[in-house]
Amino acid sequence: MDISPVGFYLFAGVAIACSLLVVFKKSPVSSAFSLILVFAAFAGIYANLAAHLVAALQVLVYAGAIMVLFIFVIMLLSADEPSFDMGRSHPLVKALVGFFCVALFVMFVWALKKSDHGQVLVGPYSVAAVAASGGNSKVVSQLMFTRYILPFELTSILLLAGIVGAIALAKRNLGKEGK
Amino acid sequence: MNTENLVAPWVVQSFCAMIFFIGLSGVLVRRNILVILMCVELMLNAVNLSFVAYAHQLQDMGGQMAVFFIIVVAAAESAVGLGLLIAMFRTLKTVDTDEIRLLKE
Amino acid sequence: MLKWIPLLPLIGFTINGFWYALIQCRPGAKKAGATIPGLIATLAIFGAFLISVKTFLELKGMPAEGRFVEQHLFNWIHVGDLDLKMALRVDSLSTLFTLVITGVGTLIHLYSIGYMSHDATPGKFFAYLNLFCFAMLMLVMGSSLPILFLGWEGVGLCSYLLIGYWYEDLEKAKAGKKAFIANRVGDLGFLLGMFMIYTHFGTLEFTKITELLARGDFIAAISPAAITATCLLLFVGCTGKSAQIPLYVWLPDAMAGPTPVSALIHAATMVTSGIYLVSRLNGLFSLSHTAMMTMAVIGGLTAFFAATIAIAQNDIKKVLAYSTVSQLGYMFLACGVGAYTAGVFHVITHAFFKALMFLGAGSVIHGMHEEQDILKMGGLRLKMPVTFVTFLVGWVAICGLPPFSGFFSKDEILWNAFASPHGSKLLWVVGAVTAAMTAFYMTRMFYLTFMGKPRFDESKMGGAHDSHAAHGHDDHAGHGHADHGHAPQGVHESPATMTIPLVVLAILSIVGGFIGIPHMSWLEEWLEPVIPAHDPATFTAGHTTEYLLMGVSTLIAILSIAYAWKTYTNLKEASARKARHAKLHETLEHKWYVDEAYESAVIQPIYEMSVKLWKNVDVAVIDRVVLGFGRVSEWTGQAARTAQTGSIQVYAVMILIGLALSLGYLVRGF
Repeated sequence: MDISPVGFYLFAGVAIACSLLVVFKKSPVSSAFSLILVFAAFAGIYANLAAHLVAALQVLVYAGAIMVLFIFVIMLLSADEPSFDMGRSHPLVKALVGFFCVALFVMFVWALKKSDHGQVLVGPYSVAAVAASGGNSKVVSQLMFTRYILPFELTSILLLAGIVGAIALAKRNLGKEGK
Repeated sequence: MNTENLVAPWVVQSFCAMIFFIGLSGVLVRRNILVILMCVELMLNAVNLSFVAYAHQLQDMGGQMAVFFIIVVAAAESAVGLGLLIAMFRTLKTVDTDEIRLLKE
Repeated sequence: MLKWIPLLPLIGFTINGFWYALIQCRPGAKKAGATIPGLIATLAIFGAFLISVKTFLELKGMPAEGRFVEQHLFNWIHVGDLDLKMALRVDSLSTLFTLVITGVGTLIHLYSIGYMSHDATPGKFFAYLNLFCFAMLMLVMGSSLPILFLGWEGVGLCSYLLIGYWYEDLEKAKAGKKAFIANRVGDLGFLLGMFMIYTHFGTLEFTKITELLARGDFIAAISPAAITATCLLLFVGCTGKSAQIPLYVWLPDAMAGPTPVSALIHAATMVTSGIYLVSRLNGLFSLSHTAMMTMAVIGGLTAFFAATIAIAQNDIKKVLAYSTVSQLGYMFLACGVGAYTAGVFHVITHAFFKALMFLGAGSVIHGMHEEQDILKMGGLRLKMPVTFVTFLVGWVAICGLPPFSGFFSKDEILWNAFASPHGSKLLWVVGAVTAAMTAFYMTRMFYLTFMGKPRFDESKMGGAHDSHAAHGHDDHAGHGHADHGHAPQGVHESPATMTIPLVVLAILSIVGGFIGIPHMSWLEEWLEPVIPAHDPATFTAGHTTEYLLMGVSTLIAILSIAYAWKTYTNLKEASARKARHAKLHETLEHKWYVDEAYESAVIQPIYEMSVKLWKNVDVAVIDRVVLGFGRVSEWTGQAARTAQTGSIQVYAVMILIGLALSLGYLVRGF
């Protein structure tokens, strides 16, 4: 894969370390900040893979909007009491989770490595071709408004439903307190 | 570029799998709903990266398109999920899943 | 048009049934009187009667050869070679039955409006009554044996429902059960006989069976034993439904039902369905001399046997019940000697006078405030004049005095028993003795009920309306029975809805016999297409003997009546005589201990075996297995319950494990 090994391994290392922190940090705020770093690292990898628009959106939507939402909720609920709640899990559950996660991971790696035959059945959008036709953003945008117009419009309905749902949930509770 | 300097596709995918399973174990063992939601985001990102990597490998834009839609869905999911969380917190006064076992009652 | 004959009662049943089940049955529903459900039911059956009359007139206009009306309704069963059509077919035989069923049925429905006026659930009663008429009409109108069987079972069901109509009384519920079980035994015989017919004839339709019976070469190919077996099996069915030895025991107990039911089902219609079956398949029965013989002997024995029992019964309805059994025996005697026409003739006249007597008895019971013991009656001729006069007609008719209807039909039977090629002198003697006994016990009942001095204490029944009832019955009938249930009053005549049917039936009992006057019998000619007439040449005696025998039997009847009359005028003398023959009397009163014999010979062993099976098989094996299943699933459930923690995360772990295992399975040979 024609991406620079240095950049990939750097970002990957940061992502793995920070995602472990997300899971193991006692304080939700610490977890949230670690998660921002993971998202940033992912954005780096996307850029490395020549997916520039995705990288930009990753920063904007995930590291920006969604994480702000998380932090905001933590603050709103004052739920930032550090507690290592993993300790309460049943040892058997922890052992099962650990074992099966590792087992599945090993299985994935083994299967992926075995089935990796390099570039097979390649499409027309090589990095060079994309660059020649105006860059990643242009190509993606054109596709989005031509071939993928139907799913694109459907997502707008989905977002609308999400907005209505979020407001309905919040508002009903406010109304209850008002009474 | 010569081949030794390149990252093999299976390595990228394995990295995605690793992040995915870290997220999954977080979902399974943590008790704080906020952290659980964050771990879900981790898993979603791992899948996104997998898509983009394949798009790059196979020189097809479909993977990137899928990522856009996943990002939209993830945004909506976070908004609704956190909305639910707030609503639940107001009535149950907790974000701990050990104390929220509505399925059993 | 034909289909409306059975359909109208079915519609009546539906209306009354739904009305009762959905509205009247609800707690706190307003109690409905008998009038509206009664009118619905009566109109339904009356409509059927009108159509029957129309059909009859239609048939009358047809030439004898093609004298039938047919209506195909739908294809019922079509399996392999068996092609069953739901079709109705009315010919000269079944039109007589439909006329009797709907005609007498209408009168009895009308009568029931008065009789059931104090009942708690008249809607249910009339619904059952209409359902019965529907089933009975299907029985006689069906074009094939299975449809007949459908009606056969239907009337059995209705009979059961109506005998046990007052099911709160355990005895009455038991009587219903007894009737049903005794009928089941017979029905099994019928069913087997039907299978035999299908095996040998390959069809179940009456017309086709008749056609095949006419073909000598076809009959010759069937072994005589098979024909005899078929006839005997069918006759077993008849012994159940038409109360012959050995299955007659249910009929006397069936008197537990309301009296109109006894009149309609257990005297006029249902119990004669055996005769209908035999005359419908007369060609088949005539082929087997053994079966004919059996039928005649069983019929004669039943007639005699039941008559002896009837002499010693004190319950007015029991006397009539045994009398019915006895008369049914007569009819089978007629069929057994090949005189199917005489059997059918007796069915018709018997339907008139026995329904009349039952309804009269019902009127007496109604007027006497549910008293059924004739020893506690007496002198009712003054209190209930209409009932008295009509009952008198019935009495004379059944005793067989000319020119009342019973005389003609009974003498036709006796003559055939004497002279027909299948008959014998011995059968005639049995029949004549039975006729004498019939005259005796009927006179006894009639005298004890209506003549002599009252033996009841009217003051105990109130007595306020004493004089009123004696001379003003019409007026009394006019204002009905509104106060009857609450304020006790004296013995009284019944309301008009009850007396009108009595009068009509009395007229029919007088004139009904004229359809079958010997040697110019309209009936014989009418039934010619279905029942071939006798060749007079085969008879073993001539006309002179016939008239002589007629005179003899009339004489016997008159002597018997006179003897009974004299005996019961002097009640002291009668009871002294009873004391002298105490043992015989007791045996007769206990019905020859037949019920007791059945109890110890059949019911008790079956009961004991059932108890053993229950304890050793049901409880020990089956219950244990069933409970074992229950316990295993309970235990499994308890074990599986622990997995339901309510924690989503634990569920998610399960998903993870499942995912790992299934993915591992998928990539195992990768």
